[in-house]
Amino acid sequence: MMEGTASAARISAPARPTVAGLSVWSWTIGGLVLVIAIACALPLLLSGFKLFQFTQVLGYAIALLGLNILTGYNGQISLGHGAFYALGAYTTAIMIDKWSVPYGFAIPVAGVVCLVAGFLFGIPALRLEGLYLALATFALALAVPQILKYFDSWTGGSQGIVLSKPQAPFGLPLTSDQWLYFLTLGTTLLLFLFGWNLLRGRIGRAIVAIRDHPIAAETMGINSALYKSLVFGVSACYVGIAGALVGLAVAFVAPDSFNVFLSITLLVGIVVGGLASISGALFGAFFIQFVPNWAQDISKAAPWAIYGVFLIAFMYLMPRGISGFFHRLWRRLLRAGAKPAELKRS
Amino acid sequence: MEIFLQQVVSGLATGGIYASLALALVMIYQATDVVNFAQGEMAMFSTYLAWSMMNAGIPYWGAFFATLAIAFIGGILIERVVIRPVENAPILAIVIVCIGLLVIFNSLAGWIYSYVIQPFPSPFPRTPIKIGNIVFGPHDLGAICVTLVLLLLLFLFFRYTSLGLAMRAAAHNPASSRLVGIRVGWMLALGWGLAALLGAVAGIMVAPIIFLEPNMMGGILIYAFASATLGGFTSPVGAVLGGLLMGVIENLVGTYVRFIGTELKLTVALAIILVVLTVKPSGLFGRAAVHRV
Repeated sequence: MMEGTASAARISAPARPTVAGLSVWSWTIGGLVLVIAIACALPLLLSGFKLFQFTQVLGYAIALLGLNILTGYNGQISLGHGAFYALGAYTTAIMIDKWSVPYGFAIPVAGVVCLVAGFLFGIPALRLEGLYLALATFALALAVPQILKYFDSWTGGSQGIVLSKPQAPFGLPLTSDQWLYFLTLGTTLLLFLFGWNLLRGRIGRAIVAIRDHPIAAETMGINSALYKSLVFGVSACYVGIAGALVGLAVAFVAPDSFNVFLSITLLVGIVVGGLASISGALFGAFFIQFVPNWAQDISKAAPWAIYGVFLIAFMYLMPRGISGFFHRLWRRLLRAGAKPAELKRS
Repeated sequence: MEIFLQQVVSGLATGGIYASLALALVMIYQATDVVNFAQGEMAMFSTYLAWSMMNAGIPYWGAFFATLAIAFIGGILIERVVIRPVENAPILAIVIVCIGLLVIFNSLAGWIYSYVIQPFPSPFPRTPIKIGNIVFGPHDLGAICVTLVLLLLLFLFFRYTSLGLAMRAAAHNPASSRLVGIRVGWMLALGWGLAALLGAVAGIMVAPIIFLEPNMMGGILIYAFASATLGGFTSPVGAVLGGLLMGVIENLVGTYVRFIGTELKLTVALAIILVVLTVKPSGLFGRAAVHRV
């Protein structure tokens, strides 16, 4: 009986939706290839500061994906991920500066340190929900610069730590800016692939189920406490690696660059980019990197006021973020593409 | 012992400030279920308004009450114009809008009044009051009295007026309140107005102590959060007691715990927030939230 309806449904289902004659799958693959190709070509087109800005965009994208896994997919609001960004950047900087560890080791170690720290912070966070968690993490974000200045024998106090940019290895004909860009690009691709893989399967469904209905999720046998603290850890790990890469690209870490506005910026990034979407992390990264600059162009006197207006306007016009907006646009195109096919069949 | 008592007394004084801002936070949370991250900046902006009125020659109390009126109307306008469109949006959207407000107010204040630190007058006499060997700052005592009076007024308003009852009802059960004819939207707006007013009082009371500048509220806000958490987000009395307690804790820790001193002030607030939320999330005086499954 069940099989009968299922096959009947299959027969009556319309032909695969297409846009301009190509299937959704080929559009997705094509789009991805195009984006990666543009990303690889950027160092040839841009130089110096512009390229550095794009390295930062990629770093932000990693951080935003990490925060989106926690806040967008798992529903735990964090206003304090700047703390893990700082932890990643400082772990790398201290290892390179104090112990002369090669950066190739320092970055993964920073990731692991943040994973553990995030997991540990995730345990008290289990007791907190919604706004309370936002509050606790907000306090964390405010406290970060103080803590960094306090341990000045390690962190160099408010002077910070100056690093030297790494040279391209294996005699590759790249400047160190270009090499850092490619290093960040490679890490970004790897971490996005990992994130996509994590979220599309069983674990991803569990993470989303905990967000949508914690009690039902537990009834289905999901260990909510373990998942939530693990997600906190993974998320912190992403943000930490992003911090490490950007710290390396800036070649300087100082307490005041990890103030509360960094954490706020990260949250702004995921909401503007689109909650619970992987592409949203990339859109959000572009937003938080470039929109403050535009705001500065519009008004030298009060750039942050313009930024605030942008934020509020965004929440009115695109409540699902940029990726939500594109998603709707795409759906509309699909429907437009599906109609001619139906007509042909009838 | 004298040092101890002196520290407790001056702790209570700063605590009064935390208490009034915490009270504003609790008000908004109770009336609208939103934690307003822009509360501190709104208070700062109102304080600047009072300051420019005083500079224009308006006497202290005139400027004081005029500022309160402007803050009250401003709070209502903000709710009607800015918050209302996202009223039913996910909680994160509201948080983002509040953050938008925060940066707008901060930046506007810096633009209009510059980032130069300004002194702010106190309405209370200058000569310190001595009881035994303990010195009471008159401004500190005044600030505490103002906070307590506000608390009393709020209590009377919420407990004995039909408007107060309507506001509580609207926050507690919007759907049923609407059915009995309460205009829920306006009750929320009124909540924002009252909170903005409380914030303005807190700003004006704290400005003589920490001076006036656009970023003055950062540290205060986190202590106010800690106070509200400690006292319980559902209890105005708890917020005031939590505020006083936080002031005392801050001073005692700063004096007696050498390795913390004043450099890790914010970290102490963070630790308190974390401990309270972990051990007793409803705070000392709050009701535990009960959800229907």
